[in-house]
Amino acid sequence: MENSDKFTLGDRLFDSRFILGSGKYSLALIQAAVQYAGAQIVTLAVRRTNTQEKENILDYIPQGVTLLPNTSGARDAQEAVRIARLARELGCGDFVKIEIMRDSKYLLPDNAETIRATEILAGEGFVVLPYMYPDLNVARDLARAGAAAVMPLAAPIGSNKGLSTRDFIQILIDEIDLPIIVDAGIGRPSQACEAMEMGCAAVMANTALATAGDLPRMASAFRKAIEAGREAYLAKPGRVLTRGASASDPLTGFLRD
Amino acid sequence: MENQFFVDSEYLSPAALEKKHRLERDPASRTDPMAYLPGMERIDSDISSQVIAQMDAYDPAAYTPRDVRAALEREVCSPEDFKALLSPAAEPFLEQMAQRAREETGKHFGNTVYLFTPLYIANYCENYCVYCGFNCYNHIRRMKLDLDQIQREMQVIAQSGMEEILLLTGESRAMSDVAYIGEACKLARQYFRMVGLEIYPVNTDEYRYLHQCGADYVTVFQETYDVKKYETLHLMGHKRVWPYRFDAQERALMAGMRGVAFSALLGLSDFRKDALASALHVYYLQRKYPHAEMSLSCPRLRPIINNDKVSPLDVGERQLCQILCAYRIFLPYVGITVSSRESAAFRNGIVKIAATKISAGVSTGVGDHESKYTGKAGAEPQGDEQFEISDARSLEAMYRDMAGEGLQPVLNDYLYV
Repeated sequence: MENSDKFTLGDRLFDSRFILGSGKYSLALIQAAVQYAGAQIVTLAVRRTNTQEKENILDYIPQGVTLLPNTSGARDAQEAVRIARLARELGCGDFVKIEIMRDSKYLLPDNAETIRATEILAGEGFVVLPYMYPDLNVARDLARAGAAAVMPLAAPIGSNKGLSTRDFIQILIDEIDLPIIVDAGIGRPSQACEAMEMGCAAVMANTALATAGDLPRMASAFRKAIEAGREAYLAKPGRVLTRGASASDPLTGFLRD
Repeated sequence: MENQFFVDSEYLSPAALEKKHRLERDPASRTDPMAYLPGMERIDSDISSQVIAQMDAYDPAAYTPRDVRAALEREVCSPEDFKALLSPAAEPFLEQMAQRAREETGKHFGNTVYLFTPLYIANYCENYCVYCGFNCYNHIRRMKLDLDQIQREMQVIAQSGMEEILLLTGESRAMSDVAYIGEACKLARQYFRMVGLEIYPVNTDEYRYLHQCGADYVTVFQETYDVKKYETLHLMGHKRVWPYRFDAQERALMAGMRGVAFSALLGLSDFRKDALASALHVYYLQRKYPHAEMSLSCPRLRPIINNDKVSPLDVGERQLCQILCAYRIFLPYVGITVSSRESAAFRNGIVKIAATKISAGVSTGVGDHESKYTGKAGAEPQGDEQFEISDARSLEAMYRDMAGEGLQPVLNDYLYV
C-alpha cells in the first residue's frame, strides 16, 4: 500500500518519521538506523566530519538519506551560523539543526541564541530545525524567525528518560503550526510511540539505540513504535476533544431549547 | 627523610650539589610555596579555598559499605557520595562501580574513544621537582627544537594520520618562552585539527595570545593538592608556587580557551585525597564556567632516567580503576584521558569502562619522532625522555586495537569557530 501520510520538511517529503541523532556516533549505528529503523534523515555533527580519517562518517551515509548537519559545539548564535555555512560549503545541503549550548554538563540549549541563529540562517535560505527547551513563547519566536520545524527536548540529552516535558510539548503541538519533532531524552520505543500519539511529527533518537544490547533489533522496535503511534494519532476523532472537559453525559443535557 | 626520590648526578658541580642538598635537607632554605613570584598574576577566585577545605575535612576511613551502596543507588552522585566511592570501603564494590561507570560513559560518549599524541618540543626546565626526569639537577640530554625541526616532527606525526596534538615543553620560560610556544601553535594548526598545550602556567594575557596562535585546550597538572607535601617535592623554581599553578585553568578559561584538563600525579601524596581534590577542582570550576569543556587525567608515577626509585607506590591498578570509576560516576560529562604511562592491557580495559581518550604513537623525548616512527636512526641530536612509557603502540596499532575492542576510534571531533 502506498503511504499517503508523508512527513514534510522544507520542500522535501519523507515516509519515515524516525530521525537518527548524532550524539553517539558509530558506523554500525548509522547502518542499523537506516536499515532497521528506516531512517531517511541522519543528523551529523559538522565537527565530526572535519577529519581526514579513513572512516569518515560522510562516506557511511547511504545514498538517498538526507543529511541533517548540526551545529554542536556552538556556544552562541554567531558560532552556530559559522558552522552552518561551513556545512553548506562541505556539500551537506541546506538542512541545518541548530544546537547552541553554553553548558557542558547538561548540554541544555540556549533558547535566546537559538532564535537569533534561526533568523539569520532562515534568511540565508537554510531549512532551519532548532533544538530548544520547550517554551511556547520561544517556539512562536522561532516560527516567526523562519524555522521549518521546532525540536523540543523531552528530557536531558542522553538520559533515556522519556517525555519529562510532556505537557509543554503538547502545548507546542497544539499551538504551533510547524512540525514538532521531539529531540533528546527518548529512551524507549514506548516513549517514542507516546510522542507520536500526542501529535509529534517525528522523533529523533540516538542514545536509545546506541546503548541498546541488540542494535538492529532496537532500531526495528523504534520503527514499529513510531508507526503505531502515528497511526493512533491519525485514528483519533479529534485531538482537542481528547483532552480537557468533554463529559460523555453532559450536565446541561436536559435543556430543551 | 621526606621522600625516597633524591638522586645525585656525578656531573653536578660541588656548588650545585651543595645547593641541591641544602634544598633537600633544610626546609628553611626553601621559599614559601604560597608566595607569588614577581610577574605572576593573581585572580580573584575562591575555588582553591573550597577545594582545600573539602580535602582537609575528608577522612576516607570514615565511610562504610552502607555509604558506598547508597552512593551507587543514587541517580545523581553528590560530592559526599563521591567521597564514599573513593574510600577503602568501596574497594569490594569495584565491579559494581565499573558497571555503573560504563553505563554513564555510554550515555555521554557512546562507544567512541579519542586518539591523540603528545609532542615535546623542549625539555629545558628551571624547576627542581624531585620525581621528574626533566628536573634541572638531572643530567639528561637537553634539547629545544627550532621551528624547522618542529615542522619536521609535525609532518611525520601528521603523516601517521593523527589529527589532534598536545604540545609540551619543560618548564623554562627562559629557554622556551611564550613567543616560541606561540609559533609552535601556529605551525601545529597547519597540520592538526586540534591543538592542546601542556606548558608552564602563564598569565591570562599570555593564554589569550596562545589561544590566538591556535591553542584551544590547556592542561596543567597540580601534581598534589596537599600543599605541605607539594612543598617537599617541588623544591625550587616557579613551579614551587602552588596557588599560581592551581588557578592556571581558570586563567586559561578567562582568556578564551575552550577547554581545560586537570590532574594530580597519583602516588605523590594520599591518592584518595588528591583524587577528591582533582575532581572538586573540575566540579567547582564547571559551576563557574559552565560552557567550558573539562577533562581529567590520572597519571601514576613512572621511573625516570637516572632514577628507577620513582614508582607508583601504593596506587595499584585496582586503586587506579576505582578512582577512574568514581570520577566517571561523579562527573559523567568530563573527558578522561589515560596516558601511555599505563600498560596496553590496562588501557584496553579502562576505555571500555570510563576513559574516553588515549594517546598513541607516544614519545616523551624531544625530536625523536622520525626515528621512532620510521625506524631510521635520526641524524639530528635528540633530547631525553621525561618518563618511561609502558604502552608504545603506534596510531595504526591503537586504531586497530580499539576497533577490535568494539569501540569507535575518533581522530577528531573538533571545529575551531
